Amino acid sequence: MSTPLLRVADLHVNRGDAHVLHGINFSVAERGVTALLGRNGAGKTTTLLALLGLLPGRGSVQLAGEEMLGLPTHDIVTRGIGYVPEDREVFSQLTVEENLRLATRSETTSAEVNDRREVVDGLFPILAERRSQAAGTLSGGQQQMLAIARALLNDNQLLLVDEPSKGLAPAVIADMVNALEQVASHTTILLVEQNLRVAERLATDAVVLDQGTVVFDGTMQQLFGDPELTHAHLGVSGGTMTAKSTTTQGGAS
Amino acid sequence: MSTLVLLVATGLGLAGLYFLLAAGLSLIFGLMDVLNLAHGAFFALGGYMAWTTMELLGFIQSVALRFVVALLVAAAAGYLIGVVIERLLIARNYGDHLVQILITLGLGFAGVALLGGLYSYDPRALDQPEWFTQTTTLLGARIPNSRILIFAIAAAILAGLLIFLNRTRHGLVIRAGVENREMVSALGIDVGKSFTLVFGIGGMLAAIGGVLGAVYFNGITPSLGTTQLIFAFIVVVIGGLGSVVGTAIAAVLVALTQQLLNFYAVTGAGDIAVVVLLALVLLARPQGLLGRQAR
Amino acid sequence: MNPTPVAAEESSTDSATNPPTAEKEGPGQTAVADRSAASRRMGLGVLVVCAGVLAALPLIDVSIPVVLPGPISSPGSMQILGIGLVFAGLAVSYDLLFGFTGLLSLGHALYFALGVYGTNLLMDVLELPYAVAALIAVVGVATIAAALGALALRARGVAFAMVTLAYAEVFSILVLADPLRISGGEEGLALASAQVPDFLNGVMNSHRRYWLALVFLVVTYAIARAATSSLAGRVWEAVRENEDRVELLGLKPFGFKLLAFTLGCTLAGAGGSVYLLLVRGANPGVAGANFTLALLVMVVLGGAGRLWGAALGGLVYGLLDLRLGALGNSGVLDGLPDWVERVLSEPLFVLGTLFVLLMVFAPGGIAGLADRLIPDRTRGRERP
Repeated sequence: MSTPLLRVADLHVNRGDAHVLHGINFSVAERGVTALLGRNGAGKTTTLLALLGLLPGRGSVQLAGEEMLGLPTHDIVTRGIGYVPEDREVFSQLTVEENLRLATRSETTSAEVNDRREVVDGLFPILAERRSQAAGTLSGGQQQMLAIARALLNDNQLLLVDEPSKGLAPAVIADMVNALEQVASHTTILLVEQNLRVAERLATDAVVLDQGTVVFDGTMQQLFGDPELTHAHLGVSGGTMTAKSTTTQGGAS
Repeated sequence: MSTLVLLVATGLGLAGLYFLLAAGLSLIFGLMDVLNLAHGAFFALGGYMAWTTMELLGFIQSVALRFVVALLVAAAAGYLIGVVIERLLIARNYGDHLVQILITLGLGFAGVALLGGLYSYDPRALDQPEWFTQTTTLLGARIPNSRILIFAIAAAILAGLLIFLNRTRHGLVIRAGVENREMVSALGIDVGKSFTLVFGIGGMLAAIGGVLGAVYFNGITPSLGTTQLIFAFIVVVIGGLGSVVGTAIAAVLVALTQQLLNFYAVTGAGDIAVVVLLALVLLARPQGLLGRQAR
Repeated sequence: MNPTPVAAEESSTDSATNPPTAEKEGPGQTAVADRSAASRRMGLGVLVVCAGVLAALPLIDVSIPVVLPGPISSPGSMQILGIGLVFAGLAVSYDLLFGFTGLLSLGHALYFALGVYGTNLLMDVLELPYAVAALIAVVGVATIAAALGALALRARGVAFAMVTLAYAEVFSILVLADPLRISGGEEGLALASAQVPDFLNGVMNSHRRYWLALVFLVVTYAIARAATSSLAGRVWEAVRENEDRVELLGLKPFGFKLLAFTLGCTLAGAGGSVYLLLVRGANPGVAGANFTLALLVMVVLGGAGRLWGAALGGLVYGLLDLRLGALGNSGVLDGLPDWVERVLSEPLFVLGTLFVLLMVFAPGGIAGLADRLIPDRTRGRERP
């Protein structure tokens, strides 16, 4: 078996006085999308922030075998991590063009930059149109596209995507999911999502957090195939989520 | 009428000084969340560096040339010292804004006292090119050329800053960082380097302000920068953190208000009016200082 | 390295492992002692002994060269020590705002100055005896502080700091410009000594004025200690740590902050009326921004959030400020080049540099250092 791209071991993270993550362990295989699920407050965003070094933590975080924990954020990111934060966090005073330019890292050659810009323009034609507009004037969905586009401009091994569907209308979500699907075909993604439909559509593997510990680590099929598991960990009846099972809870065959 | 024109002209000169002091403060606070209480010392430092340079270059006949060299030396010194202070003292306390502010406080005290020990507290006048003291007649008022020059230099620096911020990568990083520092790191950029740059720029601008201030106030004293600092803070608050254009506009507003009220009402009224204005602006937005824009 | 004076058994924030990037609003953890007031109070016995020693000083005839201009009991030394004690009390009053509640007020000197000027003017213009004038002045300061504080506290953090700075600036400008012709402008006012009781007047009573300063310090310290050990004190510390959390717990931080503010400023005003006697007049310097910043230095020097630390910081600052100039005259620095001697004789240079070094290496101040040097200073977690 190949080594996982990302391996998290015994990670403890505090936020202020609160001990939020209690020694979590999980790994993300190369290629494909792994969903990081859990109820509100379970520690999903905290995990991403700790991976990026934006929150201090104890334990071990290895990316392609190299230890990341303790390094400054910009060092971690230049090893090949793209980040699409919750709430987008595009720079509203900068234009779309400037937002993209800022995201281009110096190691990326200009030839590669051009190629990637073309790909991005293809994925998100709206952004290409609004190149000189201030990012703050874009709609929520467009900002989300911009946030994702940013992460695609460099040769990243891993994308950390935090609740991309948050606050978006269903039609926009569909577009966004399509875009992510295309990206997922050649990049590893760790996807935090509250919207289980989106998670199910994109992810093959799943890690579930509950109150700062890992309670499930396996495939999406396993998770949603077992309605009891789904209900226990995510508080929804598995039956309503998967097209295969019946609409009522505990739809046993 | 001619009095009014004169007041406006000198007010614009004063605005130039405020802008130079405030722009650095605004960027430093906007980007780093550090209230730089040592800024006044940089102002005084600039004035004294210029004075010493002009003394050392006494063999050069042309006062104007000596002045230009002195200005450049002061600017360079302000930049270098700003960079050194940031690297040595501020950077190691990343995240602890209170300690950073306190360090600038101590530096401000020590810096002013150092200058006082070296140069004494009596004002030292800078040799000025004759042209400075001559006047130009404009709309019936005789305006000292020095005031016009100060305004012109400040305006040129404003233009330079805008070009830097809007057309260079460093400037782009700073504009983004003023909005959201953490996201900039999350894009793989070392924000620490921008901190150093901004602190250096701030020091440089303040030092230039000090040289011009020595001209405007007819002499430099160690505490000159510190007494002007409160007005610089006012300009920063009104102009909006991290906004260079906002700072420029606010500088003009504050300086003109001061000049006009101090003259037409009673001495001190203008000063009090702008300080009260500061309090009002701050209280109107109790959730914090004005929103950050980096333009 | 992270210079956090953390008492391991009490602190639950684990910020020591990695470069902290999560930033909080409000005072940083490192510059303020981390333990609750109850467990780090100086023992009552120690304090009583200190007070006793201080009270006995005027009876001692010993000379301390350079540090004091003459024997301890001489008028010159008594004045200097008296000023040191007033600064100590003043620093304690500021510690209530800054060290305990986390209010970065940059205008504390204003209330001190109001005490100085107010008392003198009441004596001069209304011809009231000193005690009455001082009392009225203190009540006046309390009222003004409550009013100004109620307004200023609508802002938080740096905005609050700048509003308080603005207040002090306005007052400073008014004092210097002197539109009503009462403040004496740049020259200040002479003490209206006719209204001061005989036993406090004159050179031979310098030791009585010293004792008055000591009384001020003791009373201020006692009040501060009682307040910080009370429920209010606990809330103040909670506000300093995380004001939003206090609100979530159902308490209104505003009232508590206003209480701390008013109390601290009132005590400062009282200090002003005592200071008036020691320096025999009112000088506009006490109203300046420089003096408030000096207060900040005093408190942090000694250790913010520790009353005895603040008091010590005030005393040390006062002595250094008043006596560093004498260092130049004493011959100790004679071997050094002229400019070095002049710079080192500038009190603010030494204090400023000392302060910066302290902030870099020991942000907990003198009290923080004491914590680290004396390993087991836990007095038990007294919870009254």
